[in-house]
Amino acid sequence: MNIIEVVNLSKNFKTKKGAITAVKDVSFNVKRGELFGFLGPNGAGKTTTINILCTLLAPTSGKAVLNSFDVESHPNEVRQSIGLVFQDPSLDERLTAKENLEFHAMLYNVPKPVRNDRMKYMLNMVGLYDRRDDMVNTFSGGMKRRLEIARGLLHYPKVLFLDEPTLGLDPQTRSHIWEYINQLRKKEDITIFLTTHYMAEAENCDRVAIIDYGEIIAIDSPDNLKKQIGGDVISLAAEEKDKAKKAIEREYHVSVMENEGGLHFEIKNGETFLPRFIKKADFKILSISLRRPTLEDVFLKLTGRHIREESAETNIAVRMHARRLRR
Amino acid sequence: MNRNLMGIYTIWLRDVRRFWRDRPRIIGATIQPALFLFILGTGLGKGIIGAFGKDLQGDYLSFIYPGIIGMSILFTSIFSAISIVWDREIGFLKEVMVAPISRWAVAVGKAFGGSTVAVFQGCLMLFFAPFVNVHINLIMVAALIPLMFLIAFSITSLGIVAAARMHSMQGFQVIMNFLVLPMFFLSGAMFPITNLPKWMDIFVTINPLTYGVDALRGVILGMNNYSLMMDVGFIGGFGIVMIGIAMVIFGKGE
Repeated sequence: MNIIEVVNLSKNFKTKKGAITAVKDVSFNVKRGELFGFLGPNGAGKTTTINILCTLLAPTSGKAVLNSFDVESHPNEVRQSIGLVFQDPSLDERLTAKENLEFHAMLYNVPKPVRNDRMKYMLNMVGLYDRRDDMVNTFSGGMKRRLEIARGLLHYPKVLFLDEPTLGLDPQTRSHIWEYINQLRKKEDITIFLTTHYMAEAENCDRVAIIDYGEIIAIDSPDNLKKQIGGDVISLAAEEKDKAKKAIEREYHVSVMENEGGLHFEIKNGETFLPRFIKKADFKILSISLRRPTLEDVFLKLTGRHIREESAETNIAVRMHARRLRR
Repeated sequence: MNRNLMGIYTIWLRDVRRFWRDRPRIIGATIQPALFLFILGTGLGKGIIGAFGKDLQGDYLSFIYPGIIGMSILFTSIFSAISIVWDREIGFLKEVMVAPISRWAVAVGKAFGGSTVAVFQGCLMLFFAPFVNVHINLIMVAALIPLMFLIAFSITSLGIVAAARMHSMQGFQVIMNFLVLPMFFLSGAMFPITNLPKWMDIFVTINPLTYGVDALRGVILGMNNYSLMMDVGFIGGFGIVMIGIAMVIFGKGE
């Protein structure tokens, strides 16, 4: 059974320079209980798609149905069915953790008799029960994100949207957040819709849609996606790049990708291939590595580009800086 | 509908809670009108009282006192409404906009929240009465509170309309200079509005706060330019139009 059905969805934005298509004729389904991931670089259309699904934006054309409610004709039913953790924080920092949850519970019509129990349960789950009466502006970034996850679950949504849930968090907090997500999936009957540009996070998903320039270019389980890569990935740096590239392509009939990291190609049975390759090479190899394919390789193969985690992080830093300046 | 009522109540509760907790704001919002009243009022009163002649029954301080109450309500109402822009900047507005309540209810909740806070602030001003030789009894208070609420609701709604499409706090200066200060100066808070130049008279007549100050002065000092019915009718009508526009703008979404 599909909890989300999206058919030919498009979204155009008007700007001073003309219309921009943020989402281009996208169709996909999400099964009930699935952990579904949207993987793509910043500006690929992930957040726009989520905003349409959670009724914050109206689609230009196409149809989206969530929990069997159309997002355009039944926005209130859709909103009641979903929980959201936005990319940017959306807490009232001048209220306490408990007051933030209470506000949410009231807006979502959580009946008063169960409200307190549920708040207690969620606060315990994210390890913030002891801090329930503290103002949110005393919380760290990771605590705020955890509180937002607790808040998003308070009204027992069918689908929890996590838009870059670990963006800007340190690795330790990131793994904590993932512990909560995994716990949640075990305990609750819930579908999780995740957007990320971290490969490792996408690997956790049941299915991943790779999105680039507003279009879905592949959608499958991470394992199946990686099967598109013909075996293992070899990366090397050579003194004469062009010569090496031509030689490898001629000798082994593979296509060699070139970028600032060096040369990359795919080969079956990499472990036995590597010694033979090095022995035979008539160019100077500076370094060489062998690894199992990742979703990054899939993205690279499909688009010819890296997702560039680092540039995304710079964006965040710039944005936070800008925000600080405004205050 | 029930759901929307709950939404309105929730948004109202948050605004009141935040206000109550923000003591520096309460103190600041009390001191500012006090400065106008006691310093500006005393200074101007000494020089001007002769010029006004018999228009002013009693002294200048008690004349501007209802006007200063109006000013306090004006500033607090606009400030509360503008907090929508702040909520948008910190991202909290999103949480409200994806909640399963109709979006017009967000505007109404904000309007009630801002009005409640402004009435509270206006009531604090009543404690200044003995210092300006004005006697306020309980019957007057009973008339003043609904009147203050009506003024506050209208002006908060106006502020919500102004803030509805604003995306940064930089617009606040614009609102202060082009809306709030002109409304205050042209309301008859500081001087009688009889015998004004024609151009000024036009602005005074279309300014909703004029009728608010007139009604407050009517109840407190028994001085009226218009009838109480007319005052209430004008502010009430203005408020209905403004909250209507605010509801439509919010209903359309971001």
